[in-house]
Amino acid sequence: MSFWLLLTVNSITFGGLLFLLSAGFSLIFGLMRIPNLTHGSMFMVGAYLGTSFLSGALGFTLNFWAAAILGALEVAVLGALMERLLLRRLAGQQLAQVLVTLGVSFMVADLCLMGWGGDPISVATPEGLGGFVRAGSAVFPLYRMAVIGIAVVFAIALWLMLERTRLGAMIRAGVDDPQMARVVGIRVSQLFTIVFGLGAGLAGFAGMIGGPILSVYPGLDQDMLPLALVVVILGGTGSLLGSFVGSIIVGFIYNFGQALLPELAYFVLFLPMVLVLVLRPQGLFGGQVL
Amino acid sequence: MNLKLVAVAIAVVALVVLPYVITEPYYVNIASQILLYAVFALGLNILVGYGGLVSLGHAGLSGVAAYGVAYLLAAGYGHTVAIAGGLAAGLIVTAGFAALSLRASGISFIMITLALGEIVWGLAYRWISITNGDNGITVNSRPAPFGQPLTSAVSFYNATLIVFLLAIAGCAVFVNSPFGAALAGTRDQPRRMNALGFHVWMIRFWAFMLSGLLSAVSGVLFVYYNQFISPQALALTASAEGLLMVISGGAATLLGPVVGAALVVIVKNVVSAYISRWNFMLGAIFVAIVVFMPEGLVPGTVRLVRAAWRSAHRNRSGRPAAAPIAEPKP
Repeated sequence: MSFWLLLTVNSITFGGLLFLLSAGFSLIFGLMRIPNLTHGSMFMVGAYLGTSFLSGALGFTLNFWAAAILGALEVAVLGALMERLLLRRLAGQQLAQVLVTLGVSFMVADLCLMGWGGDPISVATPEGLGGFVRAGSAVFPLYRMAVIGIAVVFAIALWLMLERTRLGAMIRAGVDDPQMARVVGIRVSQLFTIVFGLGAGLAGFAGMIGGPILSVYPGLDQDMLPLALVVVILGGTGSLLGSFVGSIIVGFIYNFGQALLPELAYFVLFLPMVLVLVLRPQGLFGGQVL
Repeated sequence: MNLKLVAVAIAVVALVVLPYVITEPYYVNIASQILLYAVFALGLNILVGYGGLVSLGHAGLSGVAAYGVAYLLAAGYGHTVAIAGGLAAGLIVTAGFAALSLRASGISFIMITLALGEIVWGLAYRWISITNGDNGITVNSRPAPFGQPLTSAVSFYNATLIVFLLAIAGCAVFVNSPFGAALAGTRDQPRRMNALGFHVWMIRFWAFMLSGLLSAVSGVLFVYYNQFISPQALALTASAEGLLMVISGGAATLLGPVVGAALVVIVKNVVSAYISRWNFMLGAIFVAIVVFMPEGLVPGTVRLVRAAWRSAHRNRSGRPAAAPIAEPKP
């Protein structure tokens, strides 16, 4: 009984992390029509930067949350810079843009290997969240509950931002019809930079938040990127709800698959993607056919 | 035309005598590597260059063939069965890839092939009872076709050269065939081709199968060359390397992928002798080529030579240079 319950909590936690990762991926795809293949790298860089801040790379040690936020901000700046300096040069050439993100992801992976070495770095659970919550006979790790809470808060905040603010309205207009958005005076190219930075920052934040659960190691980027791809193909591009539901589904399949069919976990993970591709090409909540 | 024939004859003779000129086994092995990667790049080019469909999962196809050979050999079968089984496995997986990914084109095609390639990688990595996981499978022997063992570097080079020449001749025939023209048509004008009565999906499917066959062949060569196969050969990096060969050399040209394969293999070996940062170089070359020379080395050089030729002989008109990779329509 408690085995299943713990597995469920782990699944939802992982789903929450995936949501932080894939919400940005999905928004970037919805707006710019390209899969950002550096998204896994941003997750990893966020985590690496965070661990450096934790261990006092700045001359003083930050606490976990400050390190996560500072790391996320840096990754956001890096993402925005990459959009400005590299992708902007190739405006309108989607294929070239995808290939550039692929090239950059290899460079980032190698730079991280150079900077932080090949050994996995484990991240200590932040102060005060190392314990457990008891509910009857079941025991839940406190930190995982906190991650679920953070994901929910971010989901609501993102939803409010997209639905209730001027910036959100402009982003939605850009996703629905970029040409028309330009015609009515929205600077879509500026939105590209903002959304790219936002998505990168979210991924970097997710990387550090996921640190105590996944730890940080070379290859983390390649592990996370396909998961973001699956979430977006499942949920549909440019849809926040799609990312949310897709993340939870993938979180469950990944954790249950690893517990029950360890050898085929990765394969099982992609089955729903194949089903969606065959039966509902636009994804569960997506507007446009992928 | 005669000039072309002479050039081809000289190139073939040069390739045949190459191992007797350089003799050093290390360099002969690098030449074998270039040829086997060239077969892979030729296969990928059919899809990327002539079909306008950029695949990021092709290492999975050659990997399945390689694993098929290694698994059957480890199970005690002979080389003939193992090679046939490996190619068959490669083709079956190719058919699955094609069926799933060809419902899309453009960017979505990249995403789906990437995800499918990752599935195959994940299986190779995690399905330990079949693939031996990260430890990989060792292949203890090389085949001996017609009683000629391929154990030495030169004999393996010769076998690879024969396969390579067959592959490039096959590609030349394909490109100039009505089927090749139809494939290029589906790249440039899919709707018009459809209206003209061509079955766009079916043309793309068979092009994918041909591409998969060449990938599988290179996978078989790969596993016999290294006598070892591990999940690393199926990773996204390997697919990206193949794509870099096609794009750097020049997509939709016959020679481009071969030049690209030579470039990548040589840079990889030279660079890894000095620094251990091959992945960084791969990424940097990728970015530089996409940003500064999107048409690739071969068409770029051809254009320059043609321009020089034309300025020398004013009244002769050259054919336009090959088009860069088709931009997918959103």
